[in-house]
Amino acid sequence: MESLLLQATIYLAAAVIAVPVANRLGLGSVLGYLIAGVVIGPLLGFVGAETKDLQHYAEFGVVMMLFLIGLELEPRALWAMRTRLIGLGGLQIILTAGAVMGFCMAVGIPTSIALAVGLVLALSSTAIVMQTLSEKGLTTSEGGRSAFSVLLSQDIAVIPMLALIPLLALPELVVESGPSGPVIGETGHVEMSSGADDHGSDADHGSMNLLEGLPGWIVTLILLGSVVVIVLGGHYLTRPMFRFIAQAKLQEIFTAAALLMIIGIALLMTVVGLSPALGTFLAGVVLANSEYRHELEANLEPFKGLLLGLFFITVGAGINFGLLFSDIFVILGLTLGLMAMKFAILYVLGILFRIRGQARWLFALSLAQAGEFGFVLLSFTTQNGVIPADLAELLLLIVALSMLFTPGLFIFFERVISRRITVEMPEEDEITETGTVIVAGLGRFGQIVNRMLLSQGHKTVVLDYHNDLVAGLRKFGVEGFFGDPSRPELLIAAGIREASVLVVSLDDRQKAVDMVQYVAREHPHVKIVARAYDRIHTYQLYAAGAREIVRETFDSSVRAGKYALEALGHHPFAVEKAARVYVKQDRAHLADLARLWDPEQSPTENEAYVARARQINDELNAAMKGMRTEFHDRTERGWTPPPKGGKPQDDGE
Amino acid sequence: MPDARRILVLYAHPAHDRSEVNRPLARATRRMQDITFVDLYSEYPTLEFDIDVEQDRLRAHDVIIFMFPMYWYSTPAILKEWQDLVLEYGFAYGTGGTALSGKTFLAALTTGGPETAYNAEGYNHFTIRELLAPLEQTASLCRMRFIAPFLLHSARRAAEEGRVGTHVAEWRQVLAALQSDRLDLEAAAKVSHLNADIDGLLKEEL
Repeated sequence: MESLLLQATIYLAAAVIAVPVANRLGLGSVLGYLIAGVVIGPLLGFVGAETKDLQHYAEFGVVMMLFLIGLELEPRALWAMRTRLIGLGGLQIILTAGAVMGFCMAVGIPTSIALAVGLVLALSSTAIVMQTLSEKGLTTSEGGRSAFSVLLSQDIAVIPMLALIPLLALPELVVESGPSGPVIGETGHVEMSSGADDHGSDADHGSMNLLEGLPGWIVTLILLGSVVVIVLGGHYLTRPMFRFIAQAKLQEIFTAAALLMIIGIALLMTVVGLSPALGTFLAGVVLANSEYRHELEANLEPFKGLLLGLFFITVGAGINFGLLFSDIFVILGLTLGLMAMKFAILYVLGILFRIRGQARWLFALSLAQAGEFGFVLLSFTTQNGVIPADLAELLLLIVALSMLFTPGLFIFFERVISRRITVEMPEEDEITETGTVIVAGLGRFGQIVNRMLLSQGHKTVVLDYHNDLVAGLRKFGVEGFFGDPSRPELLIAAGIREASVLVVSLDDRQKAVDMVQYVAREHPHVKIVARAYDRIHTYQLYAAGAREIVRETFDSSVRAGKYALEALGHHPFAVEKAARVYVKQDRAHLADLARLWDPEQSPTENEAYVARARQINDELNAAMKGMRTEFHDRTERGWTPPPKGGKPQDDGE
Repeated sequence: MPDARRILVLYAHPAHDRSEVNRPLARATRRMQDITFVDLYSEYPTLEFDIDVEQDRLRAHDVIIFMFPMYWYSTPAILKEWQDLVLEYGFAYGTGGTALSGKTFLAALTTGGPETAYNAEGYNHFTIRELLAPLEQTASLCRMRFIAPFLLHSARRAAEEGRVGTHVAEWRQVLAALQSDRLDLEAAAKVSHLNADIDGLLKEEL
C-alpha cells in the first residue's frame, strides 16, 4: 500500500509540475509528460523497472483514445473526407513507410523488420499536433484540416497495422523471447525486451485466450461473432441501457456505465484474441450517431487523458540515456534525417493535392515527427517478436526525440514561414470556413433556432438534458445529444473549442447564466446568443458576458401589439414605424439599465439604476399621455415633408 | 501636400453573394487606405437607418460615392430609402441645410445592358447620364458637385470576357486621383463616364 501511494505521488507530482511548465513554454502537454518521465526515470532514478508493468495499464489509455476517435467518426463525415483520407493520408503512410523501409534495407536490416520499422515511423503524433493546432487556432485553416485528415487516416491505419504486425514475427525472436524472462541490458536497465513483456502480459493473454486448441472454423466463427456482438450490441443495447441510467440522474453511474462498456469490450476482445483497440474503435463508430455521444466523450475524456499521460511518462522513464549518449550524433542524425524525409514527402503530397502556400508549409511541418502510436506499435512489435529489442530501443529514442523537436517546427512556422509567405487573406466579406453552432436547449426556442441554422446549411450540435425530449425528437429526424450543456466537460466534448457560435436556449435560468459565464470566460472566441426569461434575467446574462440577448416573449409581444393597433384602424405602415421606434427605444433603455445593474446590489438600492429607470418612466408616461414629444418626432423623422412655405434652396449666409 | 480628400463609399447590392463585378470592386475599395466603405445592406438589413450616424458620416467626408448595380434604371431600393431618410430638410437642403455644400458626388454603377442600348436609338432609349438625372439634381439641390459616373456595361458577361480586372484597376486609379485631388472635376462633370478616358481627366502634376 505504502509503495503504491509513493509511486502514485511520484508520478502525479512529476506530471503536475512538468506539464504546466511545458505548456507555458509552448511545448504542449505530451512533451511535458515525456519530460516528467525522463526526470523521474533515467535522470533522478525515482522509478525503475516497474514502469514497464505500469505501461501495460497505461496502454489502456490508447484503447480509450481509439474509442473516442471512433465516436468522432460519423460515417457521413468520413465519407465526405474520403478523397483526403485515402489519397492524402493513404499515400503519406505508404510513401513514408516505403521510404523508411528502403533505408532500413539499404543498411542491411531484414525485410520484415524493415517493414515494421517503416510502419512505426510513418505515423505522426495526433496528440501533439491536434493539441498544438487547436492551441494556436489553426484547426480550421486549410493546412490544419489537411493535417487532421492525414492524422485520422493514420489513426484508422493503426488497426490493420496491429493485425498485420504479428504476421511479420521472426521465429528466432519469438523463440528467444519465450521463456527467457527479463533481459538486463548493457546499461543495467531492464530493457523493454520481448522477454520481459511476454512475462507480463502475453502470459496472461495466453491463459485468457479461451479459443486455444479449438478447430479453426470455430475460432473464425467466434471472432466474427464477437464483432457482430459489438456492432449489434452497440446499436441496439446501449440506448435502452443509457436511457435507463440517465433517468437515475446520477452522474457517476453514467461514468461507471461508460467505463464498464469500454472495459467489457476490451475484455471480450482479449478473451477471443483480438485487439481491444479494434473492438473499442468499432464500438465508438457504432455509437457516433447516438444521442449519448457527447455525454460519453465528456465522461471518458479525463480517464483517457490521465492514462495517456501516464503512458507518456512511462515512455519518458524508459528512454535509455546510456544508449543516447553513446551514439548521440548517429541518433540525432537519424532523427533529423527521418523528419526531413517525412517533411519532404508531405511537402510533395501538398503540391499534388493543391494545398497552397503557407498551408502547405504548416501541413508538412506539423506532421514531420513520429508519434505516440509509434510507441504503442513498438511495444506491440517487440511483444510479438517482430523487432529486436535493441533496435526497438533505438527507434524509441528516435520517436521521442522527433516529438521533442516538434514544437520547434511550429515555432519555425510561426516565426519564419507565416511572416515570409503571405497568401490571399480570406475576404472580410466572405464566409470561408464557419465553425459549428452549439445549440444548448432543444425546447420550443432552441428548435426554431436549430431549424433556421440547418436551413442555411450550417452544422449544429444540439444538446439537451431532457432525455425523453432528445429521444422523442430523434424520431422526427432532429439530431440531438443527451447531456447537461451547463457542464464544461460536455461543452468541450460537443466541440466548444472549434465552435463559432453558442445559442443558449435553456429554460433553466441559472444554468443559462452559469453557462454564459463559463463560455465568455474560457472560450472568448465563441459568440453567444442567449435567451432571456425576463428583464432581470437579461441583466444577469449581460453581467455574465452575453451581448446578444433575446427576451423570449419580446418579439412576439411586439407583433401582437402591431396587430392590435392595426385592428384599431391605424395604417399598417404607421404601425410598423411606431413598432420600430418602440423596439429601438425599449432595447436602448434595457441596454442602459443592464450596464447599470449590479448583481451584488438589489435594483432598489442601486442609485444610478433607479435614477435612469425613473427618467425612462417619465418619458414613457409623457408619451402615453399624448405628449408624444421625442417618441412622435422619431416615428415621423425622415418621412416628414418639408415645412409648408419652406424654401427648398437655402438662401444662406 | 494638402490633406487627402476623405472619401465615403455607400455600397448597395441586394445580392452581394452573387455579384461578379461589384464584389471585387467593393473588395478593392475596402482595401484602400483611408476610405470609409459602408455596406448599406449589411449595416441596415431591414432598412432601419440610424439617421444621426448617417448624417455624421456625410459631414466627415469630402467625396460621397454611391456604388451599386443599376436596378430598373435607378439605384437599388435601399439607396432610395437612404436618400428619403438621411437627406433631411434643414440638413441637406432647405433653410439651414448646408451640410453637404461643396462636396463631390459620384455614382459608380454597373448595368446589365450593353453600351449600345443606352442612347436614343438603343432599346433603353436614354443615356446613363440622362437616367441618372434624379441623382444629379439631388446633388445639385444639396449643392454638391456631380461628376460623371464610373461605369461598366454588360456586367453579366464581364467576368467571362475578362473585363473585371481592368475595371477594378481603373477604379483604384479614380479613387486615388479623388483622394489626392488630382481629378479635374470640372472636366469630369462634362464627360459621359469617368472611365472613358481617366488619364485625360487628371490634372497636370505641379
